[in-house]
Amino acid sequence: MPILQQIQGRLGYLPREAMLEVAEFLNIPEMDVYSVVTFYNQFRLNPPGKHSVRVCLGTACHMKGGYIILDAWKRRLGIDRGETTPDREFDLDTVACVGCCAMAPVTVIDDGVEGKTSPTRVDGILLSYQLQKDEKNKESQ
Amino acid sequence: MTVAVLPSVASAFQELRSRALSRWRELWDSGKPVITVGTATCGRAAGAVGVLQAIRDELDSNGRDASVIEVGCMGHCYAEPLVTIAKPGYPPMAYGYVTPEIARRLVRDFVAGDDPCLEFALGALEQNDLIPSIYDLPRFNYEKHILLENCGRINPEDVDHYIAKGGYEALANVLGMQPQEIVEEVRRSGLRGRGGAGFPTGQKWEICRSSPSRAKYLICNGDEGDPGAFMDRAILESDPHSVLEGMLIAGYATGARRGYIYVRAEYPLAVCRVETALRQARHLGLLGRNILGSDFSFDIKLFQGSGAFVCGEETALIASIEGKPGVPHHRPPFPATKGLHGKPTVINNVKTLAYVPRIVKNGAPWFASMGTERSKGTAVFALAGKVINTGLTEVPMGTTLRQIIFEVGGGIPKGKRFKAVQIGGPSGGCLPESALDLPVDFDSLREAGAMMGSGGMVVLDEDDCMVEVARYFLEFTQRESCGKCTLCRLGTRHMLEILEDITRGRAQVEDLNTLAELAEDIKAGSLCGLGKTAPNPVLTTLRYFRDEYEAHIKEGRCPALMCLDLIAYYILPDKCERSCDACVGTCTVEAISENKKRIKVIDQEKCVKCGTCLDACPPQYNAVIKLSPPDRVPATG
Repeated sequence: MPILQQIQGRLGYLPREAMLEVAEFLNIPEMDVYSVVTFYNQFRLNPPGKHSVRVCLGTACHMKGGYIILDAWKRRLGIDRGETTPDREFDLDTVACVGCCAMAPVTVIDDGVEGKTSPTRVDGILLSYQLQKDEKNKESQ
Repeated sequence: MTVAVLPSVASAFQELRSRALSRWRELWDSGKPVITVGTATCGRAAGAVGVLQAIRDELDSNGRDASVIEVGCMGHCYAEPLVTIAKPGYPPMAYGYVTPEIARRLVRDFVAGDDPCLEFALGALEQNDLIPSIYDLPRFNYEKHILLENCGRINPEDVDHYIAKGGYEALANVLGMQPQEIVEEVRRSGLRGRGGAGFPTGQKWEICRSSPSRAKYLICNGDEGDPGAFMDRAILESDPHSVLEGMLIAGYATGARRGYIYVRAEYPLAVCRVETALRQARHLGLLGRNILGSDFSFDIKLFQGSGAFVCGEETALIASIEGKPGVPHHRPPFPATKGLHGKPTVINNVKTLAYVPRIVKNGAPWFASMGTERSKGTAVFALAGKVINTGLTEVPMGTTLRQIIFEVGGGIPKGKRFKAVQIGGPSGGCLPESALDLPVDFDSLREAGAMMGSGGMVVLDEDDCMVEVARYFLEFTQRESCGKCTLCRLGTRHMLEILEDITRGRAQVEDLNTLAELAEDIKAGSLCGLGKTAPNPVLTTLRYFRDEYEAHIKEGRCPALMCLDLIAYYILPDKCERSCDACVGTCTVEAISENKKRIKVIDQEKCVKCGTCLDACPPQYNAVIKLSPPDRVPATG
C-alpha cells in the first residue's frame, strides 16, 4: 500500500507497468496488487487531467438532480466517469458526498466547491476554463 | 458527584483558563467591532472565502480596524455565507446570503457608518429592544443546542476560544476522580451511541474499563459515510476541541492510553482543523504525557480514511487502521473486549464523545432530563433535500418529525406537497406522511422500519420517485459492499437489477415478491450493519409506496415524473409564446427548434431530458411539461 501510494503521489496514477514492477519486487502475484488497487477508491488506473471534476452523488445531490449534472459533464467532455479527456485537461469522477448537501447539487472542481450547479452552469464553467487557457496561450505567444 | 480537583491540576488549568479568558475579553470588549465569517465547507461552497476577502479589503480601504475571525457552521446552511457583526452600541447581528458586494456594503454602512443594514439581516443574535432577534423564529422553540453550542461562535482554530467558553474544565475536574465514577456518571446520564445503533455508552466503557488488559485503545469514529449526513463534519470543523476533550475523558475513564481519530479523506477541511486542534492541545499540555501535570498520559493520532463506506462499521474500521483492507469480521468478540491489535477498544462516534464533556460538567441528571424514556439528550439532524431551511438542527429526543421538518426546516419549498422523509442514509428508510407525528428516538424509528443512523434527514416532495430513491440507495450499498458475505455481494446486485428494470418499465409484478424475499435473505445472511440494513430503503418504500412500484410496472408510468426512461418533455403548443425563445437558447443539445407557426418543438430523439428548458420557460407561459409514459407525446406534424 505505501509503495502504491508513493507511486501515485509521483505519477498521479498507477500505470500497468508500475503495478507489474511492484508485484515482481514484492514477489507476490500481479493479481494481488491489482486487487488492492481496485479495492480502495483513492487509487486510479488512468492519468489524471489538469483539472479534476467530481460530481457529488450524495442523497441530497441525487434528489436535486446530480445525475443530470453528471450527464451534462459526460456529454460536454465526451468521457465517462473515471476517465480523462484525450487532451488531459479534465478528468471526471463521482464522489459519494462532500458534506455540503445544503448546496445540492454540488460539483467539486479541483479544490473549489461549486454549489447549485445546473446543466447551463456546466457550460459556463467549461467556458471560463477555456477563456483562461486562451489567455495563457496569448501570453505565452 | 463529588469533585475533588487535584490542586496541581487545578492551578495548571486555572493558568490556561485565565489567559484564555483575558484573550477572549480583549476580543469582545476592546471596543473594536468583531466580524465573523462562517468558513466551514458549506460556507466555502457558497463563497465564504470571497466574502472574507471582500471584508478585509473594504476594511483596509476604509481605514477601519476590526477583528475578523473565521468560525465554523452555525447550522443555518441555507443562508450561507453567513456573517455576524458585533459592534459596540448595537446588538450582535447575523447576516445571511452574503455576497462580496453585500459584505462591502456591510463594512461601509455598518462597521464604518451606523446603518445596521437590516435589509440583509437575519436578525440579532441576542434578545434586545431594537432589532428582532433570530431567536424569535419558531424553530428556536424546538431547538436545543448542546453539541452545536459553540459551532459558529468560536474560532475552531483557536484553543483559547474553546477554553474561554468553559472548555477543558470537565477534563480538569475528571482527573481528580476515579475512572469508575466517570463511567457510572455517563451510564446514569443514559447516553446512547450516536453512530446509529444506540448502544449505551456507559455500558461499552464499563466492559473496556473492567478488562484486565494493560493496553487499551480508544477510537473516535468520524468516518461519516452516509451520503446526506454532515453533522460530524460540521462538529469537527466548527468545534474540534470538544471532541478531543471527550476523547481524553473517555480515555481516562476506560484506561486507554492511545486514541485514534478516524476522519474521512473526503473532508479535507475537517482533517486540517483536527490537526490544528491536536497541535494546540499538545502545546498546552492538554494532550500527551502527564496531562495538566497529573499522572494521566494520553495521545491522539489522526487517521485518514481511504474512501470506503463499510469502514464506518467498527470492525472494518479497526481493520483499516491496522493497515488491512476494510473488511468487517464476525462479532462477538466485540471490539470492547478484543479490538485494535487484539486489545480492548472503545469506538465512539464524534457526537457521542462531544456530549461527554457536557455531561461531566452539567451532571448526569441534567442530560437525563432531556429526551424520552429510553433515549436521552438531544439528536442532531442534517436537514437536506426539498426543505426550505437546509442545514443542521439539534432538538431534544422525542421531537416529532413534523416539528423538525415544518417548524425547524420551514416546510417544503415552492408550495409542493410533502411525500416522504428519508432518515438514516442507505441503512435507514423512507417514512411517509402518516409517520410524521412519530416522536423521534432510537426505538420509535426502528419500529417504523427506518433507523436513526447518523442522523441524515433528506426530505422528498411530490417530484421525487420512491422507486428511484430505493434504487439510488441500493446502488450505493451494492457498490460499497466489501464482498465478504455472499448474500450481501450477490443479493444486492440482484435487487439492484430488478429495481433498474422497474425504473425502465421492463419489470413484472412478480419481481416485487422476489425483491421482498431477497431483502429478507440479505438481512439474515450478512455479518455487518451494511448488509443487515441495506434492504431497508427498499422494504420501507415497498411498504408505504407500493402503488408507485405498481405504476412503473403495470403502466410504464413514473408518477413523480422522475425516471428518465419513463418520461418525455413536451412543449404545449397552445401555451408556447411565439415571440419567446428562452428554451431554444438554453437547450444543451440543441434539440428544440421552431416549427412554421413559430411554436417550439422538442426533437425527442435528441432530447437528453435534462430539464433545462422547463426551468427556462418563463412562468407566465409554463409551456414545458413532463409526460409519463413517454408515448403520451402527440406525434408532431
